[in-house]
Amino acid sequence: MATRTEPITVNIGPQHPSTHGVFRMRVTFDGEDILNVEPVFGYLHRGSEKLAEERNYTQVITLTDRLDYVASQTNNQAYCIAVEKLAGIQPTERGMYLRVIAAELQRIASHLVATGFLLQDLGAFATPLMYCFRERERILEMFEMLCGARITVSYMRPGGVFQDAPEDFWPALTTFLEDMPGYLDELDMLLTGNEIIVGRTFDVGVLKPEIAINGSVSGPILRSTGVRWDIRKADPYDIYDRIEFDVPIGTRGDNWDRYKVRLEEMRQSLRIVEQCVAQIPEGPARAEVPFVFRPPAGAEAYGRVEAPKGELGFYLVSDGTIAPYRCKIRSPSMINLSVLSDILVGYKLADLIVTFGSTDINMGEVDR
Amino acid sequence: MDPRGFFELNTWYRGLYLTLDNVLPSWMSYFIAGFAVMFAIVNAMMLLATLYIWFERRALGRFQVRQGPNRWGPFGLLQPIADALKILGKEDIVPHGADRWVFNIAPIVMFFPVPMIVAVLPIAKNVAITDINVGLLFVVAITGFSTLAIFMAGWASGNRYALFGAARAVAMLISYEIPLIITLGSIALLSGSLAMGTIVATQNVPYLLVQPLAFVIFMMAISAEMNRSPFDIVEAESELIAGYHTEYSGMKFGMFMLAEFAAVIVASGLATTIFLQGWRWPFLPSAIWFLLKMGMFVFLFLWIRATIPRLRVDQILAFAWKFLLPLSVVSLFATALEVFFLREPDGSLTTNTLWIMSGINFGLAIVALVGWANVLGHRRYNPAPRIASMYRDGPLGSRPVEVQ
Amino acid sequence: MYGMGIVKGMSVTLRNLFRTPVTVNYPEERMPQHSRFRGEEFVWYEERCTGCASCAKYCPLGIIKIETSPSGEFPQEGDSYKIDTFDIDIGRCMFCGFCVEACPYDALFMGSGFERGRYRRDSLVITIDELKAAEKHPSTWFRPQLEQRRYDPFEGKSLEWQEVGRRYLGQTMHGPAGPTYEYQLETPGALETPSQSPELSGHDEEYGEEEE
Repeated sequence: MATRTEPITVNIGPQHPSTHGVFRMRVTFDGEDILNVEPVFGYLHRGSEKLAEERNYTQVITLTDRLDYVASQTNNQAYCIAVEKLAGIQPTERGMYLRVIAAELQRIASHLVATGFLLQDLGAFATPLMYCFRERERILEMFEMLCGARITVSYMRPGGVFQDAPEDFWPALTTFLEDMPGYLDELDMLLTGNEIIVGRTFDVGVLKPEIAINGSVSGPILRSTGVRWDIRKADPYDIYDRIEFDVPIGTRGDNWDRYKVRLEEMRQSLRIVEQCVAQIPEGPARAEVPFVFRPPAGAEAYGRVEAPKGELGFYLVSDGTIAPYRCKIRSPSMINLSVLSDILVGYKLADLIVTFGSTDINMGEVDR
Repeated sequence: MDPRGFFELNTWYRGLYLTLDNVLPSWMSYFIAGFAVMFAIVNAMMLLATLYIWFERRALGRFQVRQGPNRWGPFGLLQPIADALKILGKEDIVPHGADRWVFNIAPIVMFFPVPMIVAVLPIAKNVAITDINVGLLFVVAITGFSTLAIFMAGWASGNRYALFGAARAVAMLISYEIPLIITLGSIALLSGSLAMGTIVATQNVPYLLVQPLAFVIFMMAISAEMNRSPFDIVEAESELIAGYHTEYSGMKFGMFMLAEFAAVIVASGLATTIFLQGWRWPFLPSAIWFLLKMGMFVFLFLWIRATIPRLRVDQILAFAWKFLLPLSVVSLFATALEVFFLREPDGSLTTNTLWIMSGINFGLAIVALVGWANVLGHRRYNPAPRIASMYRDGPLGSRPVEVQ
Repeated sequence: MYGMGIVKGMSVTLRNLFRTPVTVNYPEERMPQHSRFRGEEFVWYEERCTGCASCAKYCPLGIIKIETSPSGEFPQEGDSYKIDTFDIDIGRCMFCGFCVEACPYDALFMGSGFERGRYRRDSLVITIDELKAAEKHPSTWFRPQLEQRRYDPFEGKSLEWQEVGRRYLGQTMHGPAGPTYEYQLETPGALETPSQSPELSGHDEEYGEEEE
């Protein structure tokens, strides 16, 4: 009698040590091959968009902090750019430079988290994770110096940043910029040539560029497939048009490329921060914008930034009152999730967690 | 009495036996003295296992630039005791659909091979619980029990995912036993006997140097047998399918964990005996040398665990069958040829012969490892992505300059 | 050669073995905090507070409760407020510091601690008596006048109400910055209150009522 196999559906539940937050996947697989992945999310929904309608424009910044809680500076930046477009506010030069410094430092911190957890999922028993977090500690300490808080910073305001950097920030930043390239080289040496990592991430979870573009994927995932798109270059905001930096583009679109693109992006972020520190002008850190203001009624604006996870956008509609009429958040992680089945189907079950980790999803953003 | 002999364990044994012999009948004093030595050695090994738990957590912490446990006792030395108390205090749950007898016995079956292997290891000069003349074969036979225990645990859990996990673990373990046995065969050829005491006695040059290929294969195979990184799919939390010990709680789970940690100690002891001349070396008492060499292997296993991520199951099996097995056969064959042509008329091998063999084997090892890896097509990859420098007039408009 | 990558990785791990661990053994050791840290307890100067309740209005969560009554002290000048209740619920507070940003009189400051754990949720409400009695070590968040003087809430002394204002009243201050002199704001325009801004003044009828 021939053996008959049938596919089975397993629920990788909201509570799982490796799903990077409360995320549920219903995976159908036949033996070891994955046939279908159905993501189920919403376990962290807090109603940010509705709450934003109840608070005035400056208070919504505290809500935006908590979207992608790993990288809150870029959330603030996206929102502030949207509000500035909406209300016609021009930020100050120094404010823009400080914003870019904060955002790029946050990019490094977020990519360190992504890399560390990817390697943790691969099974390297927390060692690269600890190294990444050791460096992230230094960035968070600088944020504490700068903004008063480490993770939910609320640093930026429409018109710039809320306060100028203190005196001890600049020496700390300079020390960090000197130490970090050596550390990134060490991380590279630890991980990049490692045959086991190569063997597990090469040609696994391949995303084709056409599918990526059709799915509105953005960020390092898109760039790893070979599509040349970075909002900092394509649609420059703040002072990115005055800074020279490169954007790493991958070739194959697999896990390895995503990991490598993030590593190279960290190096480029260091380059950006160095140029900002050299170029930053004196002046007020914030434009004269009151706490409560009313943009013109009927105005709409879409402001977007290149967040570490992709294109983060805020679409704001104003009705002339002090609070937005509608605040729609285009979150990169949720859009990137839509291609999850494309990158997982056909691969082995053992690659599920690793591939999912390499897409760097943050549930705070997905569920808002 | 020779003052150095004071530290030799066999002196104690003989002293005890002779003292008791005056009082008790001979068989009883033999039994008591033997039991005392066995008790001492097995307990010492178990104490080393618990010390190893502490060492692993502290050393892993240090590898990860953090301190390990440091609350219980100075330097956290009482941490394993705290762990044991915690495990003892947990509720012992037997799942409803589980096969009770097999479920309860599996942890014991997992644990008892460990002291049994300790029985044949020569701990110090003239000290071993028993030096049976098929020592290596005994070791190989006993390691099979842990495979059985894993499958018993998975089957008896009544949980189909535990069964899947256990089946995968068993597949991995049996595929790694074959290269292990073949390398041990080449070691036995060198010393001409399977007895562990004889292996140490004839090891004038450490077999690490004489048989580097066998050493490398042995280390990988024994890592897999112990379910340690990079072969620890069995107990990985980030894998989807649960491991064989999912349904265990309380002291039964503690036995599995203890067996795993003690296995590291025992495997290091085995590696020391076979590859590093066991207890032999001048100056210090031989038991101390044994412990030091064992510590080196323990550190090596720990270092590997701290650094390397784990392999996927199909990669593990491919590695065993395609890479290790042919190499171990090559090593056995080469050793057989060398021994046949270079041995003395009475069958033994002089030290000079061993050094010559060492030279030949090093060359052979490098050629075999590199050559076979290339034959298998280990991936030639170019790791760097292209760095595109996108100019201000937009990435879609202008041609970006690509920097390799 | 196959395996060199792993060997290089192991050399990195070995190098890290000999680095000093970065662990901070709390509670025996503490991590260094910076003066801008937005801490848990609030620092409130009763002498500076006028009961305007801007802090309550700016709070995104509405956790500040202020109850005032006429004080009867200056009836000729239109009287001033006596503050009966000033509750801050730090069980719900997210320490964003908008209340501090709001205060036009530099009466409210962020604290600098983080260890106010309690067993009951209602004991997390800071009442006016606690605020009056507490040691005043204000964080320098959003108070550039403290930062210019390099005030450190952890090492420095407790500050009096005369010393914390934007234009402080000429009292001598202990510390590295030296003797008496006047301060102006670093960035004059950035901290103006809504009523001083020419065009856009906020009517806050939609939220954040204070009770009178």
